[in-house]
Amino acid sequence: MEKRSVFGNRLLPYLLLAPQLAITIVFFYWPASQAVWMSFRIQDAFGIATEFVWFENYTELFKSRAYYEAMWTTVVFSSWVTVLSMGTALLLAVMADKQIRGATAYRTLLIWPYAVAPAIAGVLWLFMFQPSLGMVGRSLRAMGIDWNPLLDGNHAMILVILAATWKQISYNFLFFLAGLQSIPKSLIEAAAIDGARPARRFWTIVFPLLSPTTFFLLVVNVVYVFFDTFGIIDAITKGGPATSTQTLVYKVFSDGRLGGDLGGSAAQSVILMAIVIGLTAIQFRYVERKVTY
Amino acid sequence: MKHHFTAAISMLAVMTAAPAFAQTEIQWWHAMTGANNDVVNKLAADFNAAQTEFKVVATYKGSYADTLNAGIAAFRAGNAPHIMQVFEVGTATMMAAKGAIKPVQDMMKEAGEAFDPKSYLPAITGYYSTAKGEMLSFPFNSSTMVMWVNKDALKKANIADVPKTWPEVFEAGKKLKAAGYDKCGFTAAWSPWALVEQFSAWHNAPMGSKANGLDGFDTEMKFNSPTHVKLLTDLVNLQKDKTYDYSGRANENEGRFTSGECPIMLTSSGFFGNVKANAKFEFTSALMPYYPDVAGAPQNSIIGGASLWVMGGKSAAEYKGIAKFFTFLSDTDRQAKLHIESGYLPITKAAYEKVKASGFYTQNPDRETPIKSLTNKEPTENSRGLRFGNMVQIRDMISEELENALAGKKTPQQALDDAVNRANATLRQFERTAGR
Repeated sequence: MEKRSVFGNRLLPYLLLAPQLAITIVFFYWPASQAVWMSFRIQDAFGIATEFVWFENYTELFKSRAYYEAMWTTVVFSSWVTVLSMGTALLLAVMADKQIRGATAYRTLLIWPYAVAPAIAGVLWLFMFQPSLGMVGRSLRAMGIDWNPLLDGNHAMILVILAATWKQISYNFLFFLAGLQSIPKSLIEAAAIDGARPARRFWTIVFPLLSPTTFFLLVVNVVYVFFDTFGIIDAITKGGPATSTQTLVYKVFSDGRLGGDLGGSAAQSVILMAIVIGLTAIQFRYVERKVTY
Repeated sequence: MKHHFTAAISMLAVMTAAPAFAQTEIQWWHAMTGANNDVVNKLAADFNAAQTEFKVVATYKGSYADTLNAGIAAFRAGNAPHIMQVFEVGTATMMAAKGAIKPVQDMMKEAGEAFDPKSYLPAITGYYSTAKGEMLSFPFNSSTMVMWVNKDALKKANIADVPKTWPEVFEAGKKLKAAGYDKCGFTAAWSPWALVEQFSAWHNAPMGSKANGLDGFDTEMKFNSPTHVKLLTDLVNLQKDKTYDYSGRANENEGRFTSGECPIMLTSSGFFGNVKANAKFEFTSALMPYYPDVAGAPQNSIIGGASLWVMGGKSAAEYKGIAKFFTFLSDTDRQAKLHIESGYLPITKAAYEKVKASGFYTQNPDRETPIKSLTNKEPTENSRGLRFGNMVQIRDMISEELENALAGKKTPQQALDDAVNRANATLRQFERTAGR
């Protein structure tokens, strides 16, 4: 019996694909092409005067020191957030995967932060760490630490990293937990009978079997820190003090939306798009080799 | 959320109340929240109740930047609102968009409404007028910078008089610090507005050339002068032991004054409502401090707040309605009432005189401080107002460099030089798109 679906009509598969294609074109390719087109132009805020300037927006960008600083800030910020959020989530997932009383309650509670909007998450952390009013900020000062994220760039960076990490832990936790639960218990039990201690069981069995999840999360987390964190940064530091928490995506936002420099902002977002496409490609090309499915 | 809700309710009320015959609708986009949102809705409702020909529909569009962006997006899509509330730093952006706006003065004239630009307070309208004195937008909510003082704290530190000059403020800060205010002797909210923009006007020092940009977009920044560097140097030194403590770029840390943490704070006169509601101590507002050795200081302060811009491309009937609405807003009694209730400055001379004659200022002398500050002297070309393109970005640049200096990463001179250079680059870019 023929199991494969056969379409008698040549047009039908395209018709069935059309809704998805339309969505992709309208919501991805069309805006992306607009950004590319805009990045070659200089325009006033109202779009009355427009000038086609070829690559001037790009050359201006690569001449500006602030842009390289934003790149470095992004590297620092994204590395910390990815490592911290994935590390913490994995630890929590391993703990929650154990047979403990109230495991379901823990799991549910750990997932909650994901439902919090980035800007709200930012405001929550801002309140806690505000030097003069926040609970944590005040205790830090009482302990003799001159906690001052308003002027100390490192303090501000720590604050946005913590907020962005906290926000992402739930998501990572969810996937790690699902990944852990799909690992056959018999493998772990067999190792236990062979005398492997928990740490060894984790590193030789659980961690390699979890690698598809870890890899998937790595890609998602990098995309998250590159694009989704500007709400948090905007709420907590607005890129400051000075430019110490200005990441690439926040710079796109502040130059384009707050500053009205659409051309320069578009050029930045095109570069950002290229960086993320490049990073994802590298991840699939090299990191995926180490993944065992 | 609440504001969307009240706005929606009031819109609903207006809609259901609409009579059967055709009214000309006037869309008014604004950025007012809380008590000020109620003021806007009440003004619209009162105007709609006073006549039947036109209907003003007030819609809250988010923060000032959100409202401006929403208006720009709507203009690009071909359906701009009739009236848009734009904050003072957006003035150059609006002005440069010649095809997008309708100058208020022209509109009033064409609509045949009685309109005398001279009846408005020049310190306010100067900010929104061309170099020739043509009024482009209609001032709505105006404020200026004052120094808020916790009088109980001064008493505690044995300071007899409210400090008037910067050296006196520094001295007071030290005494206050010794008296227990050890985290913050004095501070300023809206740092770039306070420490650069208002400071320049108050010391009759140009922030930029070409009368701070009023005379043309080919302006260049000048705020790295010795006077500017002097203030920043003093503040950097005082930041070290927190006699002065930095309070950020906008007003997010104004609570440091009302909570009693910072006994002296430079911020907007519009802070009044908040202080009145939350401060558990005796307070007053005073004129900004100045350096007595700077010739001409104190000059006069400049305004902050927002004005109403009329968008271009509307019908004559619609402009007539807008003109009538502006006349309605300018009414002396209405302005006087608005001023007393909301803390906005009165925009007409008549309203100011009326409030003065009523004895309101004798009972509440600190409510007159912002007007005294604005009208301290006849404005010079350094104190009429600011008109720099991309001002929102420039404010951020100034903030960033102030932070660099205060954190000890750059010298005050270096920080201000860098801010000037970066701002100039932005101004040149603005000039390119706006010049045509």
